[in-house]
Amino acid sequence: MNPLSDYLLLSAFLFSIGLAGALTRRNAILVLIGIELMLNAANLNFIAFWRYGPHPEALTGVMFAIFSISVAAAEAAVGLSIILAVYRHSRTTDLDKLNSMKG
Amino acid sequence: MTISFLLLAAITIIGTAAAMTLKNLVHCVLALSLGLVGLAALYLQLGAQFVGFTQILVYVGAVAILAAFAIMMTRSADPTASNAAASFRASGALIAVLVFAVLAWATISGTSAQPIFTAAPEGSVGQVGAALMHRFVLPLEVIGLLLTAALIGAGILAMDEHRGTR
Repeated sequence: MNPLSDYLLLSAFLFSIGLAGALTRRNAILVLIGIELMLNAANLNFIAFWRYGPHPEALTGVMFAIFSISVAAAEAAVGLSIILAVYRHSRTTDLDKLNSMKG
Repeated sequence: MTISFLLLAAITIIGTAAAMTLKNLVHCVLALSLGLVGLAALYLQLGAQFVGFTQILVYVGAVAILAAFAIMMTRSADPTASNAAASFRASGALIAVLVFAVLAWATISGTSAQPIFTAAPEGSVGQVGAALMHRFVLPLEVIGLLLTAALIGAGILAMDEHRGTR
């Protein structure tokens, strides 16, 4: 076991937690949080590979993580405002009750 | 595996697992903040200072607060809200466990094609800023455009379109 494997295992566990949350929780906001956790697991992989890989002076992994965080922030803002719009329309954020496209 | 890694990994895992299992959604967001702080500390431990501080600023400072506001505005903090059927939850957890098993097997059994470089790399905030301004200036502009579009789009989506007619 090298130090890189520790971080990769932790990242895999974080990804699984996020996946389990996104699959089992019925609230739209928590599903979005689960997706954010999966994105964070990928960011941890980027940073770990940058730290233990060749040519860290090129900063490629760090740049990937920074842009990934930016895209995740944009996704969270748009996703939460979509949830607000859906709630205003149908008065619920329960994904089991949101079962019609035309409302 | 150092003590600091184990400690930070434990904080991250406890925080995120609590965020995905607790009943009250406000508690979920607080636990999520704890897990994201642990993750930011892991980035700092790996030497990526800028990403660690960005993680705290963006996730703990903005995304968690945004999620908390969304939970309060949609009145979904009620812990008695309906939950998924037990069979549905069991199958979701099973899928997650299987995915973790496959990823862990690949990580443990895979051999590294490259040697592991353990010398601490230089990743100071100044170097990241210089790289963003020189080599990555075009992606930086594109991400600025994307964030502006997301800002406007989120505002329009969350705006109440029937406010004038009600």
